[in-house]
Amino acid sequence: MTATTAAAASARVNPLTTGQLPAWSPWAILLGSWVLVGGVFALMNTGGDPADFNIAATLFLGTVLFVVLLTVFSSVAENRRRAVDRLVTSLVSSAFVIVLIPLVSLLYTVVVNGLDRFDAEFFSSSMRNIVGEGGGAVHAIWGTLLITLGAAVISVPIGLMTAIYLVEYGRGKLAKAITFLVDVMTGIPSIVAGLFAAAVFVIFFGPGTYMGIAGSVALSVLMIPVVVRSSEEMLRLVPNELREASYALGVPKWLTIMKVVMPTSIAGITTGVTLAISRVIGETAPLVLTAGITASLNTNLFSGPMTTLPVLVFSQYRSPGIDPTEALDRAWAGALTLILIVMALNLVARLVAKIFAPKLGR
Amino acid sequence: MTTASPQRAALRAVRRPGDRIFSGTALGAGVVILLLLAAVAIFLITESLPAFTADPDEIGMLRGATFLEYVAPLVFGTLWAALLALIIAAPLAVGIALFISHFAPRRLAAVIGYVVDLLAALPSVVYGLWGATTFAPILQPFYVWLNENLGWIPLFEGPVSATGRTIATAALVLAVMILPIMTAICREVFLQAPRLHEEAALALGATRWEMIRMAVLPFARGGMVSAAMLALGRALGETMAVTMVLSASGVITFDLISSTNPTTIPANIALSFPEAYGEGVNVLIATGLILFIVTFAVNAIARYIVNRRAAFSGAN
Amino acid sequence: MNIKRVGTLAALGLTSTLLLASCAANETPDAGSGGDSSLSGTISATGASSQETAQAAWVAAFQTANTGVTVDYVSTGSGPGRENFLAGASDFIGSDRAFNDEEIAAGGFTSCASDEIVELPLYVSPIAIIFNLEGVDSINLDAATVANIFNGTITTWNDPAIADQNEGVELPDTAITPVHRSDDSGTTENFTEYLNAVAPEAWTAEADGVWPLEGGESAEGTSGLVGAVEAGQGTIGYADASRAGDLGTVAVKVGEEYVPYSTEAVAAFLDSAERVEGRGEGDLALELDRTTTAAGVYPIALVSYLIGCVDYEDANTAELVSSYFSYIASAEGQDEGNAEAGSAPISDDLRAEVEAAIALIG
Repeated sequence: MTATTAAAASARVNPLTTGQLPAWSPWAILLGSWVLVGGVFALMNTGGDPADFNIAATLFLGTVLFVVLLTVFSSVAENRRRAVDRLVTSLVSSAFVIVLIPLVSLLYTVVVNGLDRFDAEFFSSSMRNIVGEGGGAVHAIWGTLLITLGAAVISVPIGLMTAIYLVEYGRGKLAKAITFLVDVMTGIPSIVAGLFAAAVFVIFFGPGTYMGIAGSVALSVLMIPVVVRSSEEMLRLVPNELREASYALGVPKWLTIMKVVMPTSIAGITTGVTLAISRVIGETAPLVLTAGITASLNTNLFSGPMTTLPVLVFSQYRSPGIDPTEALDRAWAGALTLILIVMALNLVARLVAKIFAPKLGR
Repeated sequence: MTTASPQRAALRAVRRPGDRIFSGTALGAGVVILLLLAAVAIFLITESLPAFTADPDEIGMLRGATFLEYVAPLVFGTLWAALLALIIAAPLAVGIALFISHFAPRRLAAVIGYVVDLLAALPSVVYGLWGATTFAPILQPFYVWLNENLGWIPLFEGPVSATGRTIATAALVLAVMILPIMTAICREVFLQAPRLHEEAALALGATRWEMIRMAVLPFARGGMVSAAMLALGRALGETMAVTMVLSASGVITFDLISSTNPTTIPANIALSFPEAYGEGVNVLIATGLILFIVTFAVNAIARYIVNRRAAFSGAN
Repeated sequence: MNIKRVGTLAALGLTSTLLLASCAANETPDAGSGGDSSLSGTISATGASSQETAQAAWVAAFQTANTGVTVDYVSTGSGPGRENFLAGASDFIGSDRAFNDEEIAAGGFTSCASDEIVELPLYVSPIAIIFNLEGVDSINLDAATVANIFNGTITTWNDPAIADQNEGVELPDTAITPVHRSDDSGTTENFTEYLNAVAPEAWTAEADGVWPLEGGESAEGTSGLVGAVEAGQGTIGYADASRAGDLGTVAVKVGEEYVPYSTEAVAAFLDSAERVEGRGEGDLALELDRTTTAAGVYPIALVSYLIGCVDYEDANTAELVSSYFSYIASAEGQDEGNAEAGSAPISDDLRAEVEAAIALIG
């Protein structure tokens, strides 16, 4: 193969591409390896049931063979540095494909199972007085939106300002202490956050208080460290030259932060915030302890229990009744709805980032 | 920061009201976190004290064991599962992040990045459901194979679980769960790498990998460790998915594929809390305190590793 | 760009759906106007998750008949339920066990105006021993054999101990995989209590909500356990009978005959139980006799209590609790529980006692 390539290349001498494998060669080698391994498997399987043919193993071993072959070819036809480059490229791409398998399987499961009950009734009724068939998730959708909104309103300003403090102002013991505590906070198990918020609300409102805002507080405890850590990381990446240029122009520090530092890192910060929201929007355990469970619609964060989508999903899974299919269908539809809500949030966040971000090279 | 050096007061920047308000707010936010955490810590410590001081025989939950005997297998299980998950997820997450930021065509990269972000939002209940009903049965024959061919390694000693709901499956599900958060942060950090450095490296004749190794990875080291720590935090604290996937027994074993598995602290809290009463609740909160300490220790070690080499930061 | 545009459209669509659905179609907007009942108000309850499905069915029926009433049952688990009752947070609770003598003696039920409480065994769920073995729907076992299967002494399905009791049943030499609950549950407690009481030689561990033996396959919750039994071959477990579905079930030896589970056999078991001595008039805590040899009795069942006060501070709460309890105790209520949650309806004799107890509430 290399000989013909070299011959073809020398026929049309292009000084930029000499000593390189042609662009199609990795694909050809990949296909070749799959066919080769498939052939070996087919031979081993001769006379057996064609259904026994191991597709997964063929693809897996074929890919391994491809990585090896490509590296060997490249180091022979090109040079060692290129061979390493090709090895890494193929490894990175296969890492991507490997991860894609469970992710796609997961998404597929949710979408296929969720579509059964993804109908008008699901978005127009609650679970009040529903037994068995029918019912919907309006109460849970509202609960999710309100409680998450509450959590975001509490955590984003605190988290973002703390990150700014740590990166732009903080020095000495206090900053160290905050960094330390934020690290510790990332490790609070969600159920402990729930217990904590429940205990706080019991102190102020008496025992047995279930209200949406208690859920928001519990989620904030989980959300703040994520916001701080990711925003801090993004703010640190803003080059000092930008800040110095701004100071040199006489811009006050706070305006420099607002108009130069923040816009530069806004894409990363929004990603961090959406991630933080995504992290808490799927929480179950702390919400059962703080916001409770109800079958009815409740849009008042400050009174009465509220159900969120994950709690609905969990309770439908846990206690489905005699015929589990109805409840399980609702559970999957709830999960699908949750993904769609996050998708919408994500889009909004990206839009925000696009509007505020300065035009950069990419 | 790099503003006026303190010893030359003459060059000190003017303190404008805007500056004061802004820095005050920032400081205030930091103090709020301090107070919040202090409150959580006080809550945890006061609530867990009875577990340490009370007579172990009085507490039904401990079943005669001392608190340390009760918590040791849980700490082991928590660390073991999170470590396995991190070992699996970290290289993959860096790989995908690199793929998105430096290898994939831009359109494809945007779509993939988006899908990965979405997955971070799936409720852990769904991961648990998927892991227990779809993923575990797929892995089970593979465990049988591992046991037959590599059974001499203690990790694959067996006896093989009949359902596939083992610590290895739990770790894989955890790995899938922490991938999105790690990938998203790594990707963001890789994208922030100075464009000029990258172009300079390429112009000097570096291959793509050499460019990444020389210009991107050193720049991103802090961010990558940060991402790994956040992911580890999630893996250590993950409750529902582990609870639903794992066939838990609360023993200490390195066997990855049998049905007798160690369990984790959060999963144990979720399993025992609903029926706990009296001092049993205190015992569970005390295990939460231990998890708190464990996470902190892990984070401190990671911090130490990052700080040993000067961070490549724009704002240092 | 295209994807972004489609996404924005999707987000818009989702937002508008939500705006449309800001009230739930199945909820009466003007509560209290409909129905022929004069009752109105809200009572809140917490407690056993085993009752969740039945409570959902009862609440739905009760709220439909009394449109002005809202009953919130948050399934926090029995332990927190009992603590809520002590702390005065819940108007009534569900619990997998009655308060024990010390707790009754200590008193201090803040939910109540006095220390007199009612404890009603209104949710009785048969526990079936389920197994997954191809071609076998039902087998006969005595308690000692069941204990030996679950403690790992009997490891294959064609073991003589099993075969001797099942002449004519084709038993394969499949390995037995016993599956137990990994969470702390009333189901496990009742099952181990039965094993320990009837087969003390084979099962030495005392009754416990947490599985007392180390090792073995385990699964979380009823849904998880049933899923694990269904997923494996040769698996055996124990779960609420309502969830047995297509799985095989064990007929257990009581006296000289083998009794398969049935709601009647469980109701008979409840009738054979004695009331705990030294309790108040309304306290129907039962002393279950697992070792009974009476004919047609199935002795493995979870008895879960509804616990309320004799005296409430608020007369309206008392009225709501008493009429809700009356509904559950009524024949319709018990049948509803049977239809939706698979619980065993109580016998008429027990109902008379329960009604007398409910009459005390006021």
